[in-house]
Amino acid sequence: MSSLGLLIILGLYLGMLFLIAHWAEKKSNTKWTNNPYVYTFSLAVYCTAWTYYGSIGVAAKSGLSYLTVYLGPIIIIPAWIIILKKIIRISRVNKISSIADFISLRYGNSRFLGAVVTLVCVFGILPYIALQMKAISETFHIVTRTAFSSNIFNDTTTYVAIALALFASYYGTRYVDASEKRRGIVTAVAMESVLKLFFFLLVGIYVTFFVFDGFDDIYSKASVLEGFQQKNTIGGIPEAINWFFLCILSLFAIFLLPRQFQMAVIENNRENHIKTSIWLFPLYLLLFNLFVYPIAWGGNILFDGQNVNADNYSLLIPQHVGNEFITVLVFLGGFSAAISMIIVSSIGLSTMLSNNLLIPYGFLGSLQSEEQDKNNKKIVNIRKIGIFSLIILSYIIYRFYVVDYNLFSIGLVSFVVIAQLAPAFFGALLWRRGSLNGAVTGIIIGFLICLYTLLIPYTIGISNYESTFISDGLFGISLLKPFELFGLDYLSPIAHALFWSLFFNVMAYFGISVSFKGNYRERNYAEMFVDIDKYITMHENAFVWKGTAYTSDIQKVLVRFLGEERTKRALNLFHLKYNLDKKELADARLIKFAENLLTGHIGTASARILISNVVKEDKISLKEVLNILEESKENIIINKKLTETSKELKAMTGKLQQANEQLMEKDKQKDEFLDTVTHELRTPITAIKAASEILHDDDDVPEELKKQFLQNIISESDRLNRLIDKILDLEKFETGRQKITLSKNNLIQTINKAIEPLQQLIKNKNIEVTFDKNREIITYFDYDRITQVVTNLVSNAIKFCPEKYGKIEISIEENENEIVTKISDNGKGIGDKDLEMIFDKFYQSKNQNIKKPIGSGLGLAICKQIIEHHKGKIWAENSKEGAVLVFTLPKYNTTTHE
Amino acid sequence: MSKKILIVDDEPNIVMSLEYTFKKNNFEVFIARDGQEALDILKVQLPDIIILDIMMPLVDGYATLDQIKKDERLQHCKVVFLSAKNKESDIEKGLSLGADAYMLKPFSVKKLVEQVNELLSN
Repeated sequence: MSSLGLLIILGLYLGMLFLIAHWAEKKSNTKWTNNPYVYTFSLAVYCTAWTYYGSIGVAAKSGLSYLTVYLGPIIIIPAWIIILKKIIRISRVNKISSIADFISLRYGNSRFLGAVVTLVCVFGILPYIALQMKAISETFHIVTRTAFSSNIFNDTTTYVAIALALFASYYGTRYVDASEKRRGIVTAVAMESVLKLFFFLLVGIYVTFFVFDGFDDIYSKASVLEGFQQKNTIGGIPEAINWFFLCILSLFAIFLLPRQFQMAVIENNRENHIKTSIWLFPLYLLLFNLFVYPIAWGGNILFDGQNVNADNYSLLIPQHVGNEFITVLVFLGGFSAAISMIIVSSIGLSTMLSNNLLIPYGFLGSLQSEEQDKNNKKIVNIRKIGIFSLIILSYIIYRFYVVDYNLFSIGLVSFVVIAQLAPAFFGALLWRRGSLNGAVTGIIIGFLICLYTLLIPYTIGISNYESTFISDGLFGISLLKPFELFGLDYLSPIAHALFWSLFFNVMAYFGISVSFKGNYRERNYAEMFVDIDKYITMHENAFVWKGTAYTSDIQKVLVRFLGEERTKRALNLFHLKYNLDKKELADARLIKFAENLLTGHIGTASARILISNVVKEDKISLKEVLNILEESKENIIINKKLTETSKELKAMTGKLQQANEQLMEKDKQKDEFLDTVTHELRTPITAIKAASEILHDDDDVPEELKKQFLQNIISESDRLNRLIDKILDLEKFETGRQKITLSKNNLIQTINKAIEPLQQLIKNKNIEVTFDKNREIITYFDYDRITQVVTNLVSNAIKFCPEKYGKIEISIEENENEIVTKISDNGKGIGDKDLEMIFDKFYQSKNQNIKKPIGSGLGLAICKQIIEHHKGKIWAENSKEGAVLVFTLPKYNTTTHE
Repeated sequence: MSKKILIVDDEPNIVMSLEYTFKKNNFEVFIARDGQEALDILKVQLPDIIILDIMMPLVDGYATLDQIKKDERLQHCKVVFLSAKNKESDIEKGLSLGADAYMLKPFSVKKLVEQVNELLSN
């Protein structure tokens, strides 16, 4: 393919990335950009060009050991759910924007430690970025079949580097606050991760199934090649130890690499996203490694005996077979892998450079300008220049330094350098006693050993036979041979360097931390880091500070970086959160809060320096700190409990309110009922009182009338008594205290018995009753209660029958499910409106003109209760002749004898 | 000349006591068993005072009073509510509708007579 053609494709591809980033930045909160899959795929920035090309090279030359780089992460990923969550919480709460911030904050917010971590990262990562550029350049030349040009203007990588520098410095510095999320970059990187995996799987399938005839074919052809057996084993104990160290190395890398920290922690939007990543990310790594071996051995078969770089097999094989299309796709995949690493790493590094090195050590003074705009512009420019110069610096290293090395070895050197942060980093999470001096000493010693055992030999050149440094050791002392330090001669250079550097690093960290007490600030942050789960909501409470500070002074500092409005808003929020009034004097919480606000802009160290410039801090002893912490811990626990309790209370209040509403409704009904009841009770009492008062006061009442009055008193008393009985009866049914006792009975017989006492009334009124007694209907019901219902209904019918030619018909029908009893009369019927209402309590007394004082107004209401307790129905209807009262009883009353 | 009184109540036993008492006190007594009957009687009779129950079938005491108040011929006519509705709000409602007095059931016969006489002497 021609260079121009490929350049056009690259241009289009980069353009697409810009578009995706641009789009995602605009839609920064939709579920398209803010979801666990984008998060997980953005983590796959771990798979760089090294993975994409280098793994194949290692597999082809030395067999399985390429796997170690992926085994380490896969081993530790399940623990992310605890560890990574903790790191994310600490970072979120403290507005941390880089791993340098993270480590330095824990060790007492030390400016020096932040700078040390930054330098270690720069040293470790720059060659790594250079390596990516090398991959781009090399593969470009392979695809276009051109030779590497010594003229930088003829090197495509020059232009790619510039384009990336522009892209990263634009999208990486959109926000002055470095702890803000960069949705554009994250989405673009996630997209690239999908593409690179897709292209890699594509070439894997192509090589395995189209160039060869599947796995078996490759295996059988490869097995005759030299060294096949040996490359397919781990290689005995010494190699197993190498494996072990390499796994440890990659395990550290997944936490500590600035680009991983950037993606996994800083760009994490929700803790929940971790849950998806702990299965999806290992799956991604697994898929990526699926075809490494087939491609490697495929290449070994095809290019056996030729002098080609095995790193490039994935390009060379399709090219060899003549498939230009696949070759270009593979190139694009590798290109994606390379540039996402370059972009993310340079953003991470430049944040560190600006916030942990340049600003605290140089530019802080120049940020004292009163204007927010100027300060922010300066910060962003520092970062832009940082990103730009990092990428250009890497370009220089690539041009003049790493050209000779393969991808795998440079990548591992990077890992070893970064691994020096491991003791201080993991100590920060787990160990309260770890001290600043221990951390600084450990990292520096570890780094120096790396320098001696890896960086210097690699700079001189491993294969530089003129130098005696590697072969004979420094000054010819064999114990100081860089690859066999102190006579340790059975480890590979990488494992060897890792072992010695970490050994001394850890010893120094532990030794110094245990021997010398740290200052109170370290201890304070140690508590906050280790116990982050306790402090997560009210973390400012955990900050110990004593001294004199004025709110207005702090406010002034904040305004310089946040502007008037945001400062005001932030402070209002703060006061709201802690339920405080604005005070003249600032407390520890406000100081921590202000530091946090500034941290994203200028880093933790500078934030502390700026704030401490305007406040007067008193010295506190370590003991005091511990006491205060203990107290605040208790406070926080109490606070937490209070919040929980108040939540519970709220829920309970809701429930109570609901219950209350129901009660009110019931209360209202009860009130109405009581009103009616009292009214009904007072009525007979009134009659009794009036009559007895007359009899008492008036001696002249004629004898006949006297008798009548006495008769009234008796009947009203009876009425009163009946009323009370019925009210109680009804009340029992309604509150569920009245139970129905079911037994097997003959309904016909029951009805017959019920109307027997009414025969006199019927006779008096000359009513004709139709009822077929010669049947038998056996079912379950409460004998006494049904008798009560029938009595009530029939006496009602009697009441409503006309004075002459009264007729009552009692009929019983059976159907499949129920027994229907109808009692009809030939009275004047019931008004349509009243058909339902007559079963209401006391309805009769309001709307039926029956001769008083016979009815109680409760009879039908009780009937309804009785029938409903039998799971039957009762209703009234009008026939041609008069009213019909109907009740049903379930035929097979399966309800147990309640 | 004896005064005319109309007793409106659906409780026959209460009516009986009232009828006896007011007859004994020289009233000419008319009796209605509900509001409708009362209004019918009022078409032909102009009593001086009306004893009115509230809770009655068909036309209740409130509606009856309403009709009475609308009738020009009955302007002079005093109305006493006699009811077992004894809540503060019931009494207020009764008086606000224009009743001249509100007496609670159970009542004292003596006091009722006194109340009626007082109203009539004004």
